[in-house]
Amino acid sequence: MSLADRAPAALYHRVVVWLLFLILLTPLAGTLLYSLSTSWSASILPDGLTLKWYLELWSDQRFLDAFGQSLLVCFGALALSVLLILPLLFVVHYHFPKLDGLMNILILLPFAVPPVVSSVGLLQLYGSGPLAMTGTPWILIGCYFTIALPFMYRAITNNLQAINLPDLMDAAHLLGASTWKAAFLVVLPNLRKGLMVSLFLSFSFLFGEFVFANMLVGTRYETLQVYLNNMKNSSGHFNSALVISYFFFVLVFTWAANRLNKDKS
Amino acid sequence: MSAPLEQSAKLPGDAQPIAKPRARLSPQLRGKWLAALCLLPFALFFVVFQIAPLVWVAINSLNSAEGWGLANFAKVFGSKFYLQAIKHSLQIAFWSSLFGMAIAILGSYSLHQVDSKLRDFVMAFSNMTSNFAGVPLAFAFIILLGFNGALTLLLIKIGLIESFNLYSKNGLIVLYTYFQIPLGVLLLYPAFDALREDWRESAALLGANTWDFWRHIGLPVLTPALLGTFVILLANALGAYATVYYLTTGNFNVMPIRIAGLVSGDISLDPNLASALAMILVGLMAVITVAHQLLLKRSQHVSR
Repeated sequence: MSLADRAPAALYHRVVVWLLFLILLTPLAGTLLYSLSTSWSASILPDGLTLKWYLELWSDQRFLDAFGQSLLVCFGALALSVLLILPLLFVVHYHFPKLDGLMNILILLPFAVPPVVSSVGLLQLYGSGPLAMTGTPWILIGCYFTIALPFMYRAITNNLQAINLPDLMDAAHLLGASTWKAAFLVVLPNLRKGLMVSLFLSFSFLFGEFVFANMLVGTRYETLQVYLNNMKNSSGHFNSALVISYFFFVLVFTWAANRLNKDKS
Repeated sequence: MSAPLEQSAKLPGDAQPIAKPRARLSPQLRGKWLAALCLLPFALFFVVFQIAPLVWVAINSLNSAEGWGLANFAKVFGSKFYLQAIKHSLQIAFWSSLFGMAIAILGSYSLHQVDSKLRDFVMAFSNMTSNFAGVPLAFAFIILLGFNGALTLLLIKIGLIESFNLYSKNGLIVLYTYFQIPLGVLLLYPAFDALREDWRESAALLGANTWDFWRHIGLPVLTPALLGTFVILLANALGAYATVYYLTTGNFNVMPIRIAGLVSGDISLDPNLASALAMILVGLMAVITVAHQLLLKRSQHVSR
């Protein structure tokens, strides 16, 4: 290919990439502008700019409650996931490598079964009886664990394969460490990065979960997404400020994950 | 080497460095048993929150007021209302996946051809917007493309469209397409790595034009990735609930809305019928996945 051939092609690719960016940006930019405008209806551009919607939002007690509850549920779910998935990964890869095949099938379930389907069973099973949990944050923490599972399992498995677990364990044993000691003091620190990346990313999508939160708990323990849904009839500017505030948090967490990922390579 | 030390595999509270053989089990076997014990909490939570609900749904889809049998399924397939929900779900999933894929293909390929600074920036942004879904996304679209949305007004003023109804099937397809794009880019971008630049040059040297290259080299190489991505996008759209729920307050007739309505609605509570619909939804996903596996086998066979 000659240079003359290449120039229009390069221009074409740049235009496509910028168009892709523009498509993805438009809804966000629109919401941001709406949240900053005094009023904006039946016109292409807003009338004026203001920060009053953000001030109103961040001084609304119900919003602050929902925000805190969302954080609690997400952090609770992530803590539970770490407690359950780390031992699982260690045992599967160190003692029963054959189980990895089965696990790869099991972790497809949360993907293959949409939350709306699980909710049907969850509502009936845990609506009453010995395990009555619907309407409490506990059921959300359990459900969010299943959402985070496939993601964390895959991410940490990749990390485990990279550090060559059996050799690392043998080396630690040779130096006199017990299996527990080796797992906590040698393997765990080596998994820190993969774990952190998967935690940040899991947080950013758990924070936006709506189906389980709305169907299983609703207003009895309002999370941010349910709050946004319930505020449907309030001012659109107020809701925009809410959406932008929510997305800002997601952005910070995904950005942190991205940075960590880059440091690794 | 590790065998003698494996004995000390025990709870951290135990202070003694070398364990006495407390049980008659050999130390290695004891280690395995302890390890298996560590799997229990995970298994417990996974069963309670993932397996049990699914099993409940599967069993109760066969249970109805008339006793055990296929009555629920007969009701679904005999009802125009539920058939319409299935049809809408499939149409929206198919078209949004197709459009989302098309945009993702063009985008991913071009992303490979631009300088790394622009590429990293747009890739990072695309990954971030993949979390912009559900209720917030529906809200953003109402602002932009609702009846009085800024973009709707702009497009009408330019004369590109006469009106746009976001709350219709076509409106939902546009909205779904948006949230398919970041996922499509995420899945397809690595696939283009397989397409090496020197193949294109070799093909050009041998007299192939751009079309020939894509027809005989590019597409066959990409086929498995394209099929896989399409399947994931389909499943993603079929199960989506939050967006359409917020947009139409649960009035638009798609499967997830009907399922949710039957277990949490105020008018018609029928968890067994909901289970049948849910099984049909899961069944559709299973059919898509199996079809994908078969097509994948065929395409691998051809390339051999």
